[in-house]
Amino acid sequence: MRVTFWGTRGSLAAAGPATVRYGGNTACVALEAQDAPLVILDAGSGIRALGGVVAGVPGRIDVLLTHLHMDHIQGLRFFAPLFQPGRDVHIWGPPSSTMDLRARLTRYLSPPLFPVGLGDMSSDVTLHDAPTDGPFRIGPLTVTASLVIHPGPTLGYRIDDGRATLAYLPDHEPALGMRGTLHDPRWLSGAELADGADLLIHDGQYLDVEYQHRVGWGHSTCEHAVALATAMRVRRLALFHHDPGRDDVTLDRMVAQAAAAAEGLEVMGAPEGLALDLG
Amino acid sequence: MSTRRSQQPIELILRRQLASYLSTPIFVVDTDASLIFFNEAAAPLLGGRFDEMEAMSRDEWLTVFAPRELDGRPVDPSGNPLLAALTERREQHRTLTIRDVSGDERTIEATAIPLEGQAGRLLGAVAIFWPAAGR
Repeated sequence: MRVTFWGTRGSLAAAGPATVRYGGNTACVALEAQDAPLVILDAGSGIRALGGVVAGVPGRIDVLLTHLHMDHIQGLRFFAPLFQPGRDVHIWGPPSSTMDLRARLTRYLSPPLFPVGLGDMSSDVTLHDAPTDGPFRIGPLTVTASLVIHPGPTLGYRIDDGRATLAYLPDHEPALGMRGTLHDPRWLSGAELADGADLLIHDGQYLDVEYQHRVGWGHSTCEHAVALATAMRVRRLALFHHDPGRDDVTLDRMVAQAAAAAEGLEVMGAPEGLALDLG
Repeated sequence: MSTRRSQQPIELILRRQLASYLSTPIFVVDTDASLIFFNEAAAPLLGGRFDEMEAMSRDEWLTVFAPRELDGRPVDPSGNPLLAALTERREQHRTLTIRDVSGDERTIEATAIPLEGQAGRLLGAVAIFWPAAGR
């Protein structure tokens, strides 16, 4: 399984000289596995460049959306394969009790926000409410989608190819309302998704001092991410969803502090462009 | 996944977190009617803290709290607000007598509602209760 970061920023794209190393594009991660369709986690602005690369590679593409906040879908309309006639694209997203995924995405992919609707895209697009009552299959991959703590219906994903396991929780606030430490897996949001994962990609947007003023906004500190990863015996943690106001130097410092506090866990800050082989 | 004990649904995690901050006594059961949480506000009525008791099966908490009608007859399970909320999947309200863990009897008002998640998935039920007026 190979995981490539195409966008690691949270909330808003943040291009500029201060964010060159960690990147300025919003959430998008590609997952390649043997005999599996290309799986793309979230469609932030990073998906535009990825689309340019994969447009020339035939085959099915599955886009797994964690939720429909703008920083996770804003790149969809610039994803080249969606405009390729006959291209088999499946888009999965969180279920809703009131509207299907097509109706909810159409709010964004329609005038006045965008001139081209989903129906005008020439690819063969299939939309799915991701099942949350048990694992489902995408080719040889076993995918588990579960609701996690973040404002509005939001999924985390766990993907297993039989050799390695990736857990992806880019927008997640497991500490919301929690008293004490994040230690009891029965009452810990995201616990089953993260359990024993080879790589956990997790929200690490805030500093402690910032979180105190942003409780309920749906995000974590690096310390929260480390606590979850440690409790669930994750092998490697990639801090993700970097605050748009955070420059590379500050991110280096935050990651170093988180790594120093972690025991038995490899901690890194996810930079745009990095590819990791998980086995 | 090898989680030693299964993670609760996110709706129950949030329900517990909310309950832990409220001053109204709250009692949460899962779909098997097992008691999975009550908050600190419920402790004086039930005679102990949840942390000291841990989870109880349906039969265990029915035995411990022994809910009774005001005339002393045992409450039929079909009339227990929490059990009825689970089976009928709608709100329930009753005045009844319970026994706290120290054996003292208390008369309470209880309102129970089912907890339904996405696609109508039943996750459990929650009861809010308080001492009955004038008792």
